[in-house]
Amino acid sequence: MPTYTMRVFRGDPGGGEFKDYRVETGEGMVVLDVIHRIQATEAPDLACRWNCKAGKCGSCSAEINGKPRLMCMTRMNLFEEGETISVAPIRTFPLIRDLVTDVSYNYEKAKQVPPLRLKPPDPDGKYRMMQEDVDRAQEFHKCIECFLCQDVCHVIRDHEEHKPKFAGPRFFIKIAGLAMHPLDTVDRTKWVGTHAGVGLCNITKCCTEVCPEHIHITDNGIIPMKERMADNVDPVVWLLRKFRGAKGKQPA
Amino acid sequence: MATVQYETHEHDVIVIGAGGAGLRAAIEAAAQGVSVGLVCKSLLGKAHTVMAEGGIAAALGNVWPEDNWQVHFRDTMKGGRMVNNWRMAQLHAQEAPERVLELERWGALFDRTKDGLISQRDFGGHRYARLAHVGDRTGLEMIRTLQYHGIHQGIDVYMECKIERLTKDGDRVSGAFGYWRNSGEFVLFKAKAVVLATGGIGKAWKITSNSWEYTGDGQSLALWAGADLIDMEFVQFHPTHMVWPPSVAGLLVTEGVRGDGGTLKNKQGERFMFNHIPDLYKGETADNIEEAERWYTDKKNNRRTPDLLPRDIVARAIRAEVKAGRGSPHGGVFLDIASRRPADYIRKRLPSMYHQFKELADVDITKEPMEVGPAQHYVMGGVRVDADSTAATVPGLFAAGEAAGGMHGSNRLGGNSLSDLLVFGRRAGLHAALYAKNLGGRLNVDAGHVQAIARETLEPFNRTAGENPYAIQADLQDTMQNLVGIIRTEEELKEALKKIEALKARARKVGGGGGRTYNPGWHTALDLKSLLTVAECCAMAALERKESRGGHTREDHPYSDDTWGTVNVVLSQRDGVTSLRREPLPKMPDELKALLQERT
Amino acid sequence: MIREVLKDQRGHVRAAARPPIAAAHLRKDAWWALPLTTFVVLTAFIIYSTWAALQNAHYYVAPYLSPFYSPCISKSCVHSTFGYGLPDMTFPVIGVLSPAFLILWGPGLFRLTCYYYRKAYYRSFWLAPAACAVRDVKGGYSGETRFPLIVQNFHRYAWYVAVIFIVLLTWDALLAFRFPDPRGGTQFGIGIGTLVMWINVIFLAGYTFSCHSCRHVCGGHVDVFSKTPARSSLWHVLTRLNEKHPTFAWLSLFSVGLTDLYIRLVSMGIIRDLRIL
Repeated sequence: MPTYTMRVFRGDPGGGEFKDYRVETGEGMVVLDVIHRIQATEAPDLACRWNCKAGKCGSCSAEINGKPRLMCMTRMNLFEEGETISVAPIRTFPLIRDLVTDVSYNYEKAKQVPPLRLKPPDPDGKYRMMQEDVDRAQEFHKCIECFLCQDVCHVIRDHEEHKPKFAGPRFFIKIAGLAMHPLDTVDRTKWVGTHAGVGLCNITKCCTEVCPEHIHITDNGIIPMKERMADNVDPVVWLLRKFRGAKGKQPA
Repeated sequence: MATVQYETHEHDVIVIGAGGAGLRAAIEAAAQGVSVGLVCKSLLGKAHTVMAEGGIAAALGNVWPEDNWQVHFRDTMKGGRMVNNWRMAQLHAQEAPERVLELERWGALFDRTKDGLISQRDFGGHRYARLAHVGDRTGLEMIRTLQYHGIHQGIDVYMECKIERLTKDGDRVSGAFGYWRNSGEFVLFKAKAVVLATGGIGKAWKITSNSWEYTGDGQSLALWAGADLIDMEFVQFHPTHMVWPPSVAGLLVTEGVRGDGGTLKNKQGERFMFNHIPDLYKGETADNIEEAERWYTDKKNNRRTPDLLPRDIVARAIRAEVKAGRGSPHGGVFLDIASRRPADYIRKRLPSMYHQFKELADVDITKEPMEVGPAQHYVMGGVRVDADSTAATVPGLFAAGEAAGGMHGSNRLGGNSLSDLLVFGRRAGLHAALYAKNLGGRLNVDAGHVQAIARETLEPFNRTAGENPYAIQADLQDTMQNLVGIIRTEEELKEALKKIEALKARARKVGGGGGRTYNPGWHTALDLKSLLTVAECCAMAALERKESRGGHTREDHPYSDDTWGTVNVVLSQRDGVTSLRREPLPKMPDELKALLQERT
Repeated sequence: MIREVLKDQRGHVRAAARPPIAAAHLRKDAWWALPLTTFVVLTAFIIYSTWAALQNAHYYVAPYLSPFYSPCISKSCVHSTFGYGLPDMTFPVIGVLSPAFLILWGPGLFRLTCYYYRKAYYRSFWLAPAACAVRDVKGGYSGETRFPLIVQNFHRYAWYVAVIFIVLLTWDALLAFRFPDPRGGTQFGIGIGTLVMWINVIFLAGYTFSCHSCRHVCGGHVDVFSKTPARSSLWHVLTRLNEKHPTFAWLSLFSVGLTDLYIRLVSMGIIRDLRIL
């Protein structure tokens, strides 16, 4: 069976270094299996998060050879035999230890998103939505909150001063999902600019590139939100809305 | 000895576990106006509920107007071979539809029918298409919905925190003591009521679809605090998991594949399920391919395909085929949807399955059959609770979801778990809050007890040359896999108990390297205690029940026995010694009995 | 490690510092190849198109008109798009700088504010970031929140203009079937140049109608699709097209440059246009 050198980051905020482990792999193994093998043999205290090992919970995010990925969905046969593979924590977030970082930033941002406020139901008490009405938002609901998009987003990663007013790609699609919910009554288009900082996004699309769920974060989430903001300053749209007397949503 | 430092938080209700049941309980308790703390072992939203794929069983009647709670109740009791707690099965069937609609009001976007209502899919053991679903990622939708609804309800969430032991004031539960996984520091939660929603015990087996978190924490915490466990012999081996490559063996393949038209075949291409229909299901199961095929579109005039028999039957059938030498190359059987449904339909209905096989096994499920086999998936047994209030046998303790026992009898139907989480999660939160409100005053926590737990928790650090925790865990998994698996015998169960005893001795000598900050070796060492506890309970109960029923199959007692059909095996612990007794099932009222007699 | 307890997600130990890893990136692949290629190709196009626009010559050879010089808006133009009667504009801008500059701002602005090109040049020119998980070269980032970059949000106006150009270029491509008849007047014909102009206009249309703003304006703004079936189907078509937006962006960039080059070379007599029909 092929053998690899795993160059794993070990350390805490006080200091750390990459440490090499020689590991023999078995058929079909993924990077997370290799990390578990290191834990079971050489380094029982090697810290790493994981849960489902099936690409569904989004816990085992790391940077493998410098690319943000899920360890459980990265097959070892992706690499050349004998290759040295670096495994680093998701560097955008403060380090706790080894491969584990403090992702509480994301949980704070989650709380700030104005929640769903539903229309009243149909006269028979039921809510009706057609499949085509929920398709767009369902794509965003696939998000497993691995926070790889937040990790790779250069606004958070390289320009930390913006963190207080920048929500990041994960929450742009959360907001877009609410905006496209067929029964919602809250207008978040102004809010997404003033409170979520969508204007800071320069649509360089790294979030989309790293998304393990292949959600079109930029094309289907961020850009439509930017366009909805543009609607608010578009006189043509303003006139059309006046003309149609369209019922507006309540601002967040 | 030096006193150990710890921080203290006080709440009316503490919920342990933040999967579907825990979140729903916390939301309901908060709605009652009490102060609620939600403690979870992982980050919020990562609980094992995200792995649930197929759907939530609820008799909404959107696809089949004939469906109602009575039919759902009958299906559930029949699936559990009549040893379910009838009241739980009744409440579950009655309340599940409202719980699903409530999720929709909180933002869940289920797949739709043509009329714009929630679509429902077929699943094993359910008479009608009943599972509300979102593709094959229903659990994710459920947990995300509850999570985002929950964070606005004033619940205090304590993430990556592991509870080691419950504390008591006299007979009553008065709190929970544990440590932060991040820092290794200790924390005490004082509470009037504690809800256990910690999930299952799957990590005791080698081939399991469960994550590392499933170490029987809730069952053990309850047992140690003096509460009863029931039905621990009933372990569900879900029939379809990936069997190859070895590193993904045990990864779940949703029953939805069969619900949406997939069939099981052996290596001769034979649809072998037709040879494995038990008498109990003969009346409602098609005995020929033509009728089974017609059933997909005409459920009124045809009987259901045997591919959708309850899970225990399918799992045993697969095992029998493999044993008879008719298995697939890697020791499973074939699950074929590729030749039966168009590629677009498969990708739309089963996106995660498509993705999972493609990325992890280089198999395109729209072109070739999958290789699947059974793996440990769920435990029907758990904390013994009162059906209406979910109260355990110790005052102040409540349990819901997989951690609680009784609802599913000897075998759970697919889709009944997510609805169970919602129905009894809500009831647990409600009754815990009411209990806490009625209690008044304050409860005490014995500081000496807390110090003793803390010292015990730190012991592995004193044994630098101690046993490797991963090795003990692996040996336990081998033991349970080989000796307490799908098919059991008295001899093997006795051997298993002997081995567990030896492993317990080794676990007392477990060592730990490194420090207290996020140290998985230490965490694994600490989880061994609960894992060994539930493994022992399972083996003991399995040895006791001398018959075969649902998720408990004895080679030496291959048939169901009516006298065993009237009792639960109840486990309890006093002074560290686990004992076992039989207790009669609660008596079912006649009008419900009548429902069970109705035509299939 | 600083321990700061949050109000409602309490107990989450908040670490203070990022992982002590100094390297700007840990990537091992040739991540620089794509931004470098983009930089070279875009720079080459800008240089060529500026040069071509400055020429004010060799942009028309009957019946082909270079897209850089369409529409002709002055009498001094060697070709007339709208027939006759145009003002004889001879003020310096046109006289000195060639009419191409009165035209190119339209399509130029469309490309400059295009969501796809923004990604391409923010990565390859700005290096913000040059590639994913590679550190931004500059500090002091404000995204598209301030002038001038805030203007990017008015991309849809550039799209309205770009649509007009598609109409004009389609007209030019139609005129490219009308060859001068040696006996006087015009006759129907097809030359290589006709095909070149049609390919160009198809790629340009593909690029223009796969635009994100177009997708939004035509249907993306709707919240409940089932109530607006026409806009809904249009949106679905445009969505499929939109997935090809980057491909069309490059194809149309090459096609517009090469169309100008082809007409230029024919007009200069360096190559001969082959008549097919």
